[in-house]
Amino acid sequence: MTTNGRRAEQRPAPGGSVEFDADVLVIGGGPAGTWAAVSAAARGARVVLADKGFCGTSGATAAAGTGVWYVDPDPALREAAMANREKLGGHLQDRRWMARVLDQTYQDGNRLAAWGYPYPVDDSGKSQRNSLQGPEYMRLMRKRTKQAGVTILDHSPALELLVDDDGAVAGATGVRRQKHDRWTVRAKAVVIATGGCAFLSKTLGSNVLTGDGYLMAAEVGAEFSSMEFSNAYAISPAFGSVTKTLFYGWATFSYEDGSVVPGAASKGGRSAIARALLQGPVYARLDKADDNVQRDMRASQPNFFLPFDRTGIDPFSERFPVTLRLEGTVRGTGGLRIVDDSCATSVPGLYAAGDAATRELICGGFTGGGSHNAAWAMSSGTWAGWGAAVYAGQLGPARQRRLASAGTVAFRNRSSRAFEPAALAEAVQDEVYPYELNYFRHASRLDGALARLDAAWADASAADAADEDNLLRARESAAMLATSRWMYRSALARNESRGMHRRDDYPDQDDRQRHYVTSGGLDEVWTAVRPHADASYAEAAE
Amino acid sequence: MIEVIDAERCTSCDICVNVCPTNVFDKTDGIPVIARQSDCQTCFLCELYCPEDALYVAPHADAPCPTDVVALRETAALGSYRRAVGWTDETRDLRGIDRSYLLFGH
Repeated sequence: MTTNGRRAEQRPAPGGSVEFDADVLVIGGGPAGTWAAVSAAARGARVVLADKGFCGTSGATAAAGTGVWYVDPDPALREAAMANREKLGGHLQDRRWMARVLDQTYQDGNRLAAWGYPYPVDDSGKSQRNSLQGPEYMRLMRKRTKQAGVTILDHSPALELLVDDDGAVAGATGVRRQKHDRWTVRAKAVVIATGGCAFLSKTLGSNVLTGDGYLMAAEVGAEFSSMEFSNAYAISPAFGSVTKTLFYGWATFSYEDGSVVPGAASKGGRSAIARALLQGPVYARLDKADDNVQRDMRASQPNFFLPFDRTGIDPFSERFPVTLRLEGTVRGTGGLRIVDDSCATSVPGLYAAGDAATRELICGGFTGGGSHNAAWAMSSGTWAGWGAAVYAGQLGPARQRRLASAGTVAFRNRSSRAFEPAALAEAVQDEVYPYELNYFRHASRLDGALARLDAAWADASAADAADEDNLLRARESAAMLATSRWMYRSALARNESRGMHRRDDYPDQDDRQRHYVTSGGLDEVWTAVRPHADASYAEAAE
Repeated sequence: MIEVIDAERCTSCDICVNVCPTNVFDKTDGIPVIARQSDCQTCFLCELYCPEDALYVAPHADAPCPTDVVALRETAALGSYRRAVGWTDETRDLRGIDRSYLLFGH
């Protein structure tokens, strides 16, 4: 079934490249990108979706299982769902946005049922819709995206945006990794749905998430918000990639000698685990899970058990070493700043959805799990796709626009010094992984890290253009570097502890800082403060 | 990381080459090769999509873990993830048994 007949048009292009003409280009094929593509196509737009990997397996959701902030439209339940996390998020959420995300997620979750998603049915016969199995969900979303008439480019990372003479975003170019050529999509609007940045930490499914969309957006002048909320770490077996923090709610954490780590817990005690890991190895055993819970865990999340079954460990009775892997802005709440209800960014023609966008509006400064992020991906994807399609429609015929490439770092020959992506990625990791720098922040340590990161930026932006084989890795490492600088500059701009942002030198929450930190810039990184919506309303009423 | 393509089971359908989100495999004239193992993010999705249960991802994310395919065939590991999520004909009832709703809020 094709829901509309309008497809993006392939146009003649020079050898070694393909070119498409579209209304909307969606960059990224995870939940947010596929919802955006489906939504834009449903409004008659000709859509291309370009994914860095394979739309259907790419991103943090496809490999995992995720809770969904799906709440029945009962006013008391909705009120409780909104109130429930406000304190944890440092009261930076926005009630109006929470309500509209709950509405949209409820609709989208029900659409998944209509499309055939196999939701479980509980003992009372009720379909339970607050959890999604990643592989199943994203296989279905790929199918729906194709059925909507969207042209999918797999293994086609975008490398830079295109802009018109007025600075409006007008498409992107990238490479087709398996075809060894280039792609260009001329589009009237672009949705960035490239996810957050997890700095290649191998937290489950996240190594495609290197902040590429942030870098491209910053190059056309887009702004970020809440980038200080970027120090989420997830528990995994020390040797493995599977991060299912929920299940560690049934764990006891211990030191090498077997004694219990005081205060350590998956929820509300993860910092005790981080502090213990600074001293030496930490072990977990899921010994609080009774037989029923064990059975439910196995049924719900088979991949959680792969690392154990394949190494002969019984996680319920035996201790195994754990670590905390950085999830950065994948589970943080910072990202591209949203300026209106259609998820437009501050740049004309550019929209943002999912983890690429800030989730401050529904999460404030904290996410503890996929639930809110999954709801945000569906909702913001749906809105961004709609917004981009409407914008494209209003633009009218745009084929004659003169377009320029916006890419900077790794594209310019500057110094006859080679760009070294692997070394740069490692240098960034050295500044963002350590718990003493990122988990537990302090101005003096952040200053030191920023001095090194700023120097690395000066170095990278002065290096030569990366060659064809290195270009993707060069852009990824540059994106990680840029992300780390917005993170730490924003962290320095928030002289308090709030949400997941912890400052050893300012351990308390400060009521006067109930505001958002905006950031941006590449050569010069800047920050500014924006009032929270409540404060704006109060001001307007005065 | 991905360790094994079992040549006895692989039919060269190249699905793994397509679905790997980090482009770890390369097509060849015969069965695919693990061309960029260090790019593997240990997400197990190639294994899940392999209709022949010919792939094995070792759970070690940060270092290779050479695995003997002959010994592996003696275990139930090949295809175990696919069976567990209900992506085989025999186990399809498992697709709808997510019990997460009983675990949330712990």
